[in-house]
Amino acid sequence: MSDIKLAVNERIKTESNLLRGTIAEGLADQITGGLSDDDMQLTKFHGFYQQDDRDIRAERQKQKLEPRHSFMLRARVPGGICTPQQWLEIDRIASDLTIYGSIRLTTRQTFQYHGILKPQVKPLIQALGSVNLDSIAACGDVNRNVMCTPNPVESALHQEAYAWAIRLSDDLLPNTNAYAELWLDGEKVTSNEVEPMYGPTYLPRKFKIAVAIPPHNDVDIHANDLNFVAVGDNGKLAGFNVLVGGGMGTTHGDVNTFPRLADDLGFVKPEDAVEVAKAVLTVQRDWGCRTDRKRARLKYTLEDNGVDKFRSEVELRSGIKFAVPKEIVFTTRGDRFGWIKGVDNKWHLTLFIENGRIVDTETHPIKTGLVEIAKIHQGDFRMTANQNLIIAGVAEQDKEQIERLARLYGLYSDELSQQRLNSMACVALPTCALAMAEAERYLPSLVTKVEVLLAKHGIPEEHFVMRMTGCPNGCGRPFLAEVGFVGKGPGKYNMYLGAKNNGMRLNKMYRENIGEAEILAILDTLIAEWATNGLSDERFGDFVVRTEVIKPVIIASRDFHG
Amino acid sequence: MLLKELSSLTSPLSEPQLSTLQLALNDLSPTQTAWVSGYLAGISQASGGQVQAQGAVSQPAQRVTILFGSQTGNAKGVATELFEQAQAQGIAARLVSMADYKAKELKTESHLLIVASTNGEGEAPDDAVTFHEFLASKKAPKVPTLKYSVCALGDSSYEFYCQTGLEFDERLAALGAEAIVARADCDVDYDDAVATWSELALAAVKATLKDATTTEAPSTAVASTHVANTYSKKKPFKTELLINQKITGRFSDKDIRHVEIALEDAGISYQAGDALGIWFKNDPVLVDAILDQLELDGAETVTVANETQSLRDALINRFELTQSYPSFVQAYAELSGSKKLAKLLDDKTALRNYCYGRQILDVIDEKKAKLTAQQLLSGLRKLTPRLYSIASSPNEAEGEVHLTVAVVDYQQSGEQRIGGASGFLQRLEEGAEIEVFVEHNDNFRLPSNDNTPVIMVGPGTGIAPFRAFVQERDVREATGNNWLFFGNQHFTDDFLYQTEWQDYLKSGLLTKMDVAFSRDQAEKIYVQDRLRENAAELYAWLEQGAHVYVCGDGDRMAKDVNEALIEIVAEQGKLARNEAEEYVAELRRNKRYQRDVY
Repeated sequence: MSDIKLAVNERIKTESNLLRGTIAEGLADQITGGLSDDDMQLTKFHGFYQQDDRDIRAERQKQKLEPRHSFMLRARVPGGICTPQQWLEIDRIASDLTIYGSIRLTTRQTFQYHGILKPQVKPLIQALGSVNLDSIAACGDVNRNVMCTPNPVESALHQEAYAWAIRLSDDLLPNTNAYAELWLDGEKVTSNEVEPMYGPTYLPRKFKIAVAIPPHNDVDIHANDLNFVAVGDNGKLAGFNVLVGGGMGTTHGDVNTFPRLADDLGFVKPEDAVEVAKAVLTVQRDWGCRTDRKRARLKYTLEDNGVDKFRSEVELRSGIKFAVPKEIVFTTRGDRFGWIKGVDNKWHLTLFIENGRIVDTETHPIKTGLVEIAKIHQGDFRMTANQNLIIAGVAEQDKEQIERLARLYGLYSDELSQQRLNSMACVALPTCALAMAEAERYLPSLVTKVEVLLAKHGIPEEHFVMRMTGCPNGCGRPFLAEVGFVGKGPGKYNMYLGAKNNGMRLNKMYRENIGEAEILAILDTLIAEWATNGLSDERFGDFVVRTEVIKPVIIASRDFHG
Repeated sequence: MLLKELSSLTSPLSEPQLSTLQLALNDLSPTQTAWVSGYLAGISQASGGQVQAQGAVSQPAQRVTILFGSQTGNAKGVATELFEQAQAQGIAARLVSMADYKAKELKTESHLLIVASTNGEGEAPDDAVTFHEFLASKKAPKVPTLKYSVCALGDSSYEFYCQTGLEFDERLAALGAEAIVARADCDVDYDDAVATWSELALAAVKATLKDATTTEAPSTAVASTHVANTYSKKKPFKTELLINQKITGRFSDKDIRHVEIALEDAGISYQAGDALGIWFKNDPVLVDAILDQLELDGAETVTVANETQSLRDALINRFELTQSYPSFVQAYAELSGSKKLAKLLDDKTALRNYCYGRQILDVIDEKKAKLTAQQLLSGLRKLTPRLYSIASSPNEAEGEVHLTVAVVDYQQSGEQRIGGASGFLQRLEEGAEIEVFVEHNDNFRLPSNDNTPVIMVGPGTGIAPFRAFVQERDVREATGNNWLFFGNQHFTDDFLYQTEWQDYLKSGLLTKMDVAFSRDQAEKIYVQDRLRENAAELYAWLEQGAHVYVCGDGDRMAKDVNEALIEIVAEQGKLARNEAEEYVAELRRNKRYQRDVY
């Protein structure tokens, strides 16, 4: 290995003095709204990325102005739950400290801001801190926001699982004081500071954990590096099935990269979860690839070493033996919209937030609506893995008022199709530097056209899980969609078919680099066939596999490109 | 210097030559000496020989000295023309900038013609400051035999209209001098007034200059530092607009443009620090609005400057419509019978305030009036070109001249009003024809020594000449440090030439840059605040001989920066207020503190 050059980010991390780099100097530089290339990598560990408005990049070049740099900051909200008081501050920050004035609910149950100008970064992080929120490790080569099925119905089981999600998030935080020093005016650490768990170079790549509560697979376990699937026993948490090595990110044209389903390690008791997580994390720290970032995720470590060898090492390091995995069944990934009553007799209202974008429009002033709800709501807010929002824990007597507000501000309507409710896109253009095509700004109009096709073939109530991302890195988990679109160029997408509706099988590329006309022509044909020839209750993803429209991906490394 | 003091050590002549000269000149009367001096100067010029400065002998004879104090070049232009007319009439004359004038010469003068402009708030132009101070001081000698006249240039929309000229006039009179022609106060469209004054002044000089009629001698001239341009304000260069690029971002409240104009093979040259004059045309939409309001027919023919043309064309090409001025308010008050306007005429301050920001259309809107085309035109000022500080070095932007133009665009009585020249440039498409000329500005020049550090303060479009300076320092490979202060409203959209400054900072040519964006935070921050924040370092630069340049708004910014400089010097140099003021005044006298303000 010594003759192979380490990835550039490894040098940056090594020289960063535990994630400090020259961020402080960069913030003080008045001449640019951006940061140095090295610092741009380091700020990810503090929760934010440098971006620019790509719509006006060329225009500004002519104007002799640098790109309109701004930052995207993602908060750390384990399990996606926040209080109404926190929401009010989250909302105020968006209005006062960002140029877009919007909040984005992400596919990992947190929120992010786009368009934070450099001078506003520090005030924004401090404002989050004022309501006990932070953005530590929300991005970067560390454990990121820990997901947890926000199941408000089976409250007891959720309460237990959620507590473990928070424990995992807290215990896997980096140890460096850099965040406090840079953003919270914390005292400088002068003694020999160390990262006992991560080490000075952290992980080879990002690391994602989800806690899932069957039968809901909303967190998409096969998109995560490490999963704890809650196993209940009469409403109590008995333990977790542990799965490792899932992941989405690929690179166009590189067959050495592929999405991958997670492997079962086995069952552990709840109290062993943190030790197991630490062991998985440190094995990946030591075994993961540090020369090629495209091959650095845990899924490739699993692929290269085999699950048995990996399991043995984790058992060795944690001192915990895995038991045989318990039987679990996942049935759905989508959210259950509208009102649901939980076992504790509280009501929960799931609101559809298209692509997670919370901003006021003339017809749908949803941002204001959520503020109005937050002002009176006694329960909590839960962000879902599908970029939606649950107004959870509403007492019977408050239900009517909450619903009235939700309807008044365009947050809640009965008119949305199943297809729209099961469609999802990442942010992409104009802010994301990686995007090759539109996603969030385009998908809603494509959904409308798909709705027309479903109606045309007599199945307007039907749907398939449809997802679109601007690039193959997979924020919107496109490779687990029954119909997936991944941006290739302006207006052009690779089209993927054949994933299972519940997220237990990956999809596979069906057409490369096609535009809307071709997309609609293909869907027209396939929907027609599904409507006519589909078996009873046969989902679209299963139908296209059974009818050999597409080959199923069973072993990703072999079949995804094969 | 007297003849008996001449020696071969202090002159270029040999000992025998000196003896012969002394013998020949010994018994000449002063008049005869004057004639001989002109004669010798004529021989010298005719033979193409350069007059050596060290050999110049002060003239005991009678001649007229034409002295100018000029900021943007207008006064210098008027004085130069006056000098040429004097020469043509055979009047012994010399032309001198007040900056180069030795105050003690004053008592040897017999005739003095002064052309002086006035800075924004009634201050003397930079090159006149020293002489102006001298005249006001106790050191100024009595000059009972001096005959003089003053031509004052100004802008009647300012409070201290023609103030500097007025002060020269009053001071010379107080020192006992005789005004041979009454002072002329000339407004922005000064051509006619200047012509009248020049004619009267030269006639009076000719009548009183002893033996002037008998001399045929050509007069001496101060050598110009410039290669004469073939083109001038009256004879502009017709060229092409190459680039018209908005350089404020799409979210900016301002429309500021980077303009590039072709100068190739033009016999038109400039230096960093100079200004470019732009002859503009009024917006046809505005002209039509005026015609509509007055119910005049644009097709009606009128005669302007001996040219027959349509009224509409005359208004577009010949007259000042995008400002208002007391003379028009007065004319229109009479024609319309507007009581409101008539009342303004009694109160100069109110009249000036009224004119500020108003255009001709606004005055006409006050009251309907029935007037003829000729009545309208006779009330209007002639259109004058606008000057823009040049934003390029000729050595970097070869064959081109660049400008930074803020489009003047504001609301007046609920209607949009656009600036004359800036609106013209905004409308002008790339490739269109444009008439320009160069106005040299020797009061705004980089230090000749490339090792000298330079501090530049240029908020808003005041950045323009510093783009020229920095380009020039780059081309010259000047080793002196360069420190630039810039300010505007918003960082993201108003950072003029941002990427260029970033490159210069990266290359190290720009040593430091500090910026102040006034509206990016609750409290307003301006360049003078950044100066104060850097007081210690700034003072250290001054002590190391740095030159300070300020360009931009003269009403407020330049004053605030001046005040900050005095405070910094007082604080850092541990000086009393008056000592600090003197320190800064000394910088100005030594041309280490130069301003291009408007």
